[in-house]
Amino acid sequence: MRRAGAKNPRPTHLLMKIFRNSVTPPEVKPVPGVERLTRRSSGLRELARLLASEEPLCVLDLGSTSAANIRYLTERGHKIYSEDLLEASTDPDLVTKDEDGQRILDHKQFFSENLAYSAAKFDLVLCWNLADYLDESLVKPVMARLWSVMKPGAMLLAFFHTREAGPDAPCYRYHIVSTETLEMQHVQAQRDLRKGTGERSFRLQRVFNNRHIENLFRDFTSIKFFLTRDNVREVLVVR
Amino acid sequence: MPMSTEVDFAHIGNSVSIKGEVSGSEDLYVGGVVEGAIELAGNNLVIGPNGQVRAKVHAKGVVVEGKVEGSIRASERAELRKTAIVIGDISTQRIVVEDGASFVGKVDVQPEAAKAAAKAAEAQPKTNPGAPAPRTPGDSVAK
Repeated sequence: MRRAGAKNPRPTHLLMKIFRNSVTPPEVKPVPGVERLTRRSSGLRELARLLASEEPLCVLDLGSTSAANIRYLTERGHKIYSEDLLEASTDPDLVTKDEDGQRILDHKQFFSENLAYSAAKFDLVLCWNLADYLDESLVKPVMARLWSVMKPGAMLLAFFHTREAGPDAPCYRYHIVSTETLEMQHVQAQRDLRKGTGERSFRLQRVFNNRHIENLFRDFTSIKFFLTRDNVREVLVVR
Repeated sequence: MPMSTEVDFAHIGNSVSIKGEVSGSEDLYVGGVVEGAIELAGNNLVIGPNGQVRAKVHAKGVVVEGKVEGSIRASERAELRKTAIVIGDISTQRIVVEDGASFVGKVDVQPEAAKAAAKAAEAQPKTNPGAPAPRTPGDSVAK
């Protein structure tokens, strides 16, 4: 009985516990690579009509390899291009030093190995939460490159954390499971996994406000924001 | 495409390294290193967990457990197991990707058999006048 009570405390006890310890509810730490959380995505729902197209689309997925996304898109006759840009940006070979001896990333090398596509190739880019975790110096050049490889009228879906998410917001990869549902899986850098340190190396680099986001996509034709309940803004932009 | 009976496969062992073109008319298991091309048009290819292939690959069925740098053309089915690392384009009729596999490149699934069946069905006279009209390409692009 006591154990059962501990598992299912009464709401008043829960409230007291929260007020005694902290104003914020206890943090739920997802287990890397195992646990999957489900979220509804308004941005994905907006893409449903495009994805239902009988014309084969060229789709660029910039998240970690997702079997679900490959299956979902290829079943609909679309071509999927997969590039894990975040992982690629952590390649130690990219690190160089500027004239002042400061550590910088070699953009020329990065773009020779990544996003090397012909102009106006893609109908859809799934950017997910890349911009929040990517090295600061790469964010604008990557968006500029994405603009150039997208067809006019092509769409890009991106997620941005709000300030409330906090600096330790875990980095997720997103799996498409239906027209408006995603599964989120906590990801770590492959290099950390190889070391076996269990340490999370993808950290939230910054929080974009709406003006920053508009500025980031200023070369695009239109931008649409979707507010969600989980401290993430979904953004759908049209090239 | 049962490929669990890999004992029946011709083997390239873990310590073997080949540069050039490998072709044949029997199923092949690659445990070592192959650089160049692998051509097994009517047979299956398994690249084992220690296998490293830097080559253009063409086979009926391709299972990757190791690393491939190069394009894969599987006329029936391509399968990336959880330990697979593939850098290159995949063209196939059916694809299976296990969770944990790493892939950088393009996947182009061309279900030719399904398309042929659909075309054959379309060629037959329609008996259901109440069926919805087919979509036009203009319907499909959201602006």
